[in-house]
Amino acid sequence: MQTAESVERRLRVSENARPRYSFGMLLVYAFLIVLALFCAIPFYLMLIYSTHSNAEIASSFVYWPGGALLENYRHMAEKINIWRGFLNSLIIAGGSTALSLYFGALTAYGFAKFRFAGNKTLFWFLLATMMVPGQLSLIGVYRLFSALGLLDSYAALIVPAAANAFNVFFIKQFIESSVPGEIIESARVDGSGEFRTFNTIILPILAPAVSALGIFAFIGSWNNFLGPLVLLFTQQKYPLPVVVALVQGYYGMDYGLLYLGVALSILPIIIVFSVFSRQIIGSVALGAVKG
Amino acid sequence: MKHVFSNSIRKDHYGYFFIAPFFIIFAIFGLYPILYSLYISFTNWDGIRDPVFIGLGNYRAVVQDPLFYKTLFNTLFIWGVSVIPQLTVSLVLAFILNETWIRGRNLFRAVFFFPHIVTAASFGLLVSLIFDWKSGGFNHFLVSAGWIGDPINWKDNPWFVRLIISSILFFQYFGYSMIIYLAGLQGIDPVLNEAAQIDGATRRQRFVKITIPLLKPVILFQVITSIIGGIQIFDQPYTLTNGTGDPDRSAMTSIMYLYNVAFQSTRFGYGAAIAFYLFLIIIVFSITSFVLSNRKTV
Repeated sequence: MQTAESVERRLRVSENARPRYSFGMLLVYAFLIVLALFCAIPFYLMLIYSTHSNAEIASSFVYWPGGALLENYRHMAEKINIWRGFLNSLIIAGGSTALSLYFGALTAYGFAKFRFAGNKTLFWFLLATMMVPGQLSLIGVYRLFSALGLLDSYAALIVPAAANAFNVFFIKQFIESSVPGEIIESARVDGSGEFRTFNTIILPILAPAVSALGIFAFIGSWNNFLGPLVLLFTQQKYPLPVVVALVQGYYGMDYGLLYLGVALSILPIIIVFSVFSRQIIGSVALGAVKG
Repeated sequence: MKHVFSNSIRKDHYGYFFIAPFFIIFAIFGLYPILYSLYISFTNWDGIRDPVFIGLGNYRAVVQDPLFYKTLFNTLFIWGVSVIPQLTVSLVLAFILNETWIRGRNLFRAVFFFPHIVTAASFGLLVSLIFDWKSGGFNHFLVSAGWIGDPINWKDNPWFVRLIISSILFFQYFGYSMIIYLAGLQGIDPVLNEAAQIDGATRRQRFVKITIPLLKPVILFQVITSIIGGIQIFDQPYTLTNGTGDPDRSAMTSIMYLYNVAFQSTRFGYGAAIAFYLFLIIIVFSITSFVLSNRKTV
């Protein structure tokens, strides 16, 4: 049944191969372009609407830049310091990325280049930790930081990042494929200590892979919302996503201003992505296939 | 040579020093909080006084809590409606963008992937603004195009709100799924397809007999990660509804409920019990999809 059908289909294709092919091509491109527009429109509207006053937004559909950008900004700055949020996000995302990369590389190197007893088992355990949903431990995390006196501190959001199983997994792949054992051996012959070898010889080799992963880790941390919402209480310490939610609380009906808040929190990501899109997509693909 | 060899053997125990920091940090900030949450789930705890042990009380109360079921339904509905188009559209896209004759493949890939890395909380608010009753661009567009007479209050209808959240999830995840499928497709040895082609297999036969079976682990990976992610939906519905989950809590997801119970009403024990029920559901779903996908091959 299936063969008859497919033979028939093949005949049909070869009969009038040319026009069918180009029509199909047109359909495929139309599909891709419509979907691409679908992806772009919300962000276009976000930028356009942030330049309009409340009255303009309420009255009709706008699709062209207006002149109320500065006014919206001035109004927002009365209650919300968005740059402070920006700085907080940079501190939290920067700190947790640096920690997660360094300890990720350290752990990956230990697993990749040392044949100690239990190596395989411990690595499987590490992979299994990736399957545990983070929200499960939220209440325990809250209690732990309250006991440590670290609630409402950046440390509560930065330190746990050091145990990032995904980074270990990713960097281990890279070490196994591109760090030859001879380098380590010759460093040993030269009398270099194991940690010195790691810090001065291995880390520089890992830099390209680690930096690609770093962009991805940075964005992940930048976007974190529930963590800071639960662990931080002081408005001065809120990162950008929480600040934006705060803008919503303060200015519920002031639309131009709300769009501006959203735009300011998303623009950095648009900029980073337009520069590093290949590295970001590459690290997603690489991490997923082996997992 | 012998010296180097024995030296390297002797150094192997150094591996423990390299991996120890990870496991220590994981034990403190990963494992301990989970075990502590488990303990809290058997207690009444307001976050200030000492927890009072009450056995299975919280677990019994959660099973009789209509709001728990409602939020669970919301979560599963929102997830289900988004995940099916997400995993199919992205598969089609991956096949298209895997073809070498498509121009601008990298650009399309980047544009489709981009929504995935946009701050979910900010995006939820953006969609809330676009779908606003009187001032939203969506209604203004429909009215000025003449498709509707008066603006529709989308966010006042439980089903529309859920569908909007599903659409957000689709929007933010189809590009990600596409990248993962693409990586899976590129991992398939082209020799297999060429050999089948020489043996006279049609495009569809090759697709059904070679590509899909070889992609199965990737599809399973996507299904299981989407379950884990789907149960944890929080950011977008939270900012979309300004934290309320309204109308009538129809947009309140399980994690929003957990957050409200634990961190707004300070009923931490009850919240912890909800968390472990959700974990149980994730495990059951994951095992089920694993078993189902393995049975089909036999």
